[in-house]
Amino acid sequence: MAESTLTKPRGAWRIRLEPRLDEPSTALSIGVSVGAVVVALILGGIVIAAVGGNPFVSYVYIARASFGSLGVLSDTIVKATPIILTALACSIAFRMKLWNIGAEGQFIMGAWGASAIVLAPVLPAETSRWLFIPVMTLAGLGMGAAWGLIPGYLKAKFNVNEIISSLMLNYIAVSWVNFWIFGVWTEGGFQMSPKFPKGAELPRLSDFASSIPFFRGLTTHAGLLFGIAAAVVLWFIVYRSRWGYEIRLIGDNPQAARYAGINIVRNTVLVMALSGALAGMGGMSEVAGVVRRLQTAPIAAGYGFTGIIVAWLAKLNPLVIIPVSILFGALILAGREIQPSGIPKMIQGIILVCLIASDFLLRYRIRIVKVGEE
Amino acid sequence: MDPIVILQAGVATGTVLLFATLGEVLAERSGVLNLGVEGMMLIGAMTAFSVTIATGNPWIGMFAAMIVSGLLSQIHAFIAVTLQADQVVSGLALTLVGTGISLVLGEGLSKAGTVSLMPSFSVPLLSEIPILGPIFFAKQSILVYIGYLMVPLAWYYINHTRPGLHLRAVGEYPAAADALGINVFRLRYAYVLAGGMLAGLGGATISLAVSPGWFSELTTGGQGWIAVGLVIFAQWDPIRAAVGSYAFGALRRLILDIQAPLTLFGMNNPFYYNPYLGFFLQMLPYAFTVIVLVVGSREAIRKRLGAPAALGEPYIRGERGR
Repeated sequence: MAESTLTKPRGAWRIRLEPRLDEPSTALSIGVSVGAVVVALILGGIVIAAVGGNPFVSYVYIARASFGSLGVLSDTIVKATPIILTALACSIAFRMKLWNIGAEGQFIMGAWGASAIVLAPVLPAETSRWLFIPVMTLAGLGMGAAWGLIPGYLKAKFNVNEIISSLMLNYIAVSWVNFWIFGVWTEGGFQMSPKFPKGAELPRLSDFASSIPFFRGLTTHAGLLFGIAAAVVLWFIVYRSRWGYEIRLIGDNPQAARYAGINIVRNTVLVMALSGALAGMGGMSEVAGVVRRLQTAPIAAGYGFTGIIVAWLAKLNPLVIIPVSILFGALILAGREIQPSGIPKMIQGIILVCLIASDFLLRYRIRIVKVGEE
Repeated sequence: MDPIVILQAGVATGTVLLFATLGEVLAERSGVLNLGVEGMMLIGAMTAFSVTIATGNPWIGMFAAMIVSGLLSQIHAFIAVTLQADQVVSGLALTLVGTGISLVLGEGLSKAGTVSLMPSFSVPLLSEIPILGPIFFAKQSILVYIGYLMVPLAWYYINHTRPGLHLRAVGEYPAAADALGINVFRLRYAYVLAGGMLAGLGGATISLAVSPGWFSELTTGGQGWIAVGLVIFAQWDPIRAAVGSYAFGALRRLILDIQAPLTLFGMNNPFYYNPYLGFFLQMLPYAFTVIVLVVGSREAIRKRLGAPAALGEPYIRGERGR
């Protein structure tokens, strides 16, 4: 593939591909990613036009409905919060070339774990927020980690393909939550649990509106702080710690890692558990900060899959994940009101296709040369 | 709860998985891992259903599904074979795109009503065989019979024909195949296409035969992923793929049927009296897939069997091949 074998007459121009020997510059790398997203939006626009919509109206609508005012910007950040955590979850696993596609299920189980503290109930309803939130967070982290540990353990012990096992666990998690909200914690036969008591809610900006009037009506909740803190911690783990170095080495060159005496089996289990814990924390933040009850549809809304795309677009860099998540939060927020309803999902898929295709430009230099002058 | 009826319906349900699994066996045997099966199946199911509504002819719907899914698969072939990108991410992207486009184009189809289905018939003589006859040869859709024919054909093709030999060579040792004058790139495109068309046929089998209609993402409900898992269990062998597919089909039927009767083995049926236990039944196909993967992976380690050696690796001409 590196050399096209087409023979053309002398003097003709042809495209020549040369593998890049050096790392592509940051500017090129960012440029290619932005270009890929633009191409994806154009392709998405063509499909929207094909089904009889107006792509310009749709895109302007998305921009306005997600960034047009402080209120909607706050809603965009609310949508971005779970994506930050699932994208962080995917990024640490992908860094080790562990394809955790199960962030969705780990997110759902994290939400269930946090809800169980309220609904079982482990803690009484009048418990203080200062006890409720930490215990719920631990439960979310723990359930998410457990759900990530299963494919990690199976991979380490039996070499079971983690893509499929983690994906199957997504479906099991949905059925598990359905069982609890239909059968055990149902509120008067509806498919949802009762609302959480005040102490089990993550505070929103609007909760402080009595002292700071500027915050009136703003829905951004404390889960965002979880996301930012997790991103910073993960950045230090990946780029500044010995463990992070091991993870990166296993991902880049497992052979070299093995020779260096790095325990791949142990790291597989640990990284999958960490990945699951991050996703589980996202689930906790979503039930406690937004939904405030256990309910399937708003929890199993595909944040785990969006996280995969965001992690990839951010080149697995934890800090870059935050702004990218906000862009995808905007897409999801505005997409709720766009018809047909599958459009945000379709655009996300097209973006990932264009991104993965655009990687080619980072690995090869494209030159146009004159035949005979090579 | 007649076991014969469950197995009969299970064979039909399993045909969906059979087509998708056989398709993925072909793609993976050529060295290309395509995780886009779920997306290709979904777009196939949607296309088959909507084209059949528009034309009134399920055969046109079926062929349209195969063409559309085949076209979708070529996106993956281009990214994986020509652009040499990561096949895991590309396949995943394909599933997301396939799902998204199906949801956009399938908007409103769920209320479209009924369509004419693929014809069903009993095979004379064969359906008279005790037990096996009614299970395999009575009142089955023509797609089920096509599935029966496809299994031995695929097995013979892969193991005993010259093109099959080329297919295996490209998946095991592409550099050597290339040196012998086999066009690695063209063959990989072709088998990804075959895999896509079969995934589309699997989707059409859902919407035109097994559970007619369009139920957005629930139409496939992860069967594409189960097919990818079955390929590993099947050790890339069409016959084992068929066994796994029909077993999973029967399991899916059993889950539906076990909730109906009042008594089970002489006791009160817990699934009838407590319908919420049904959620645990719904987990079974997915839990079984994980179990099957564990069994398959352990067997692979014990017998030193493995995936095609070049599976997931792009072939780059001129680089040191394996």
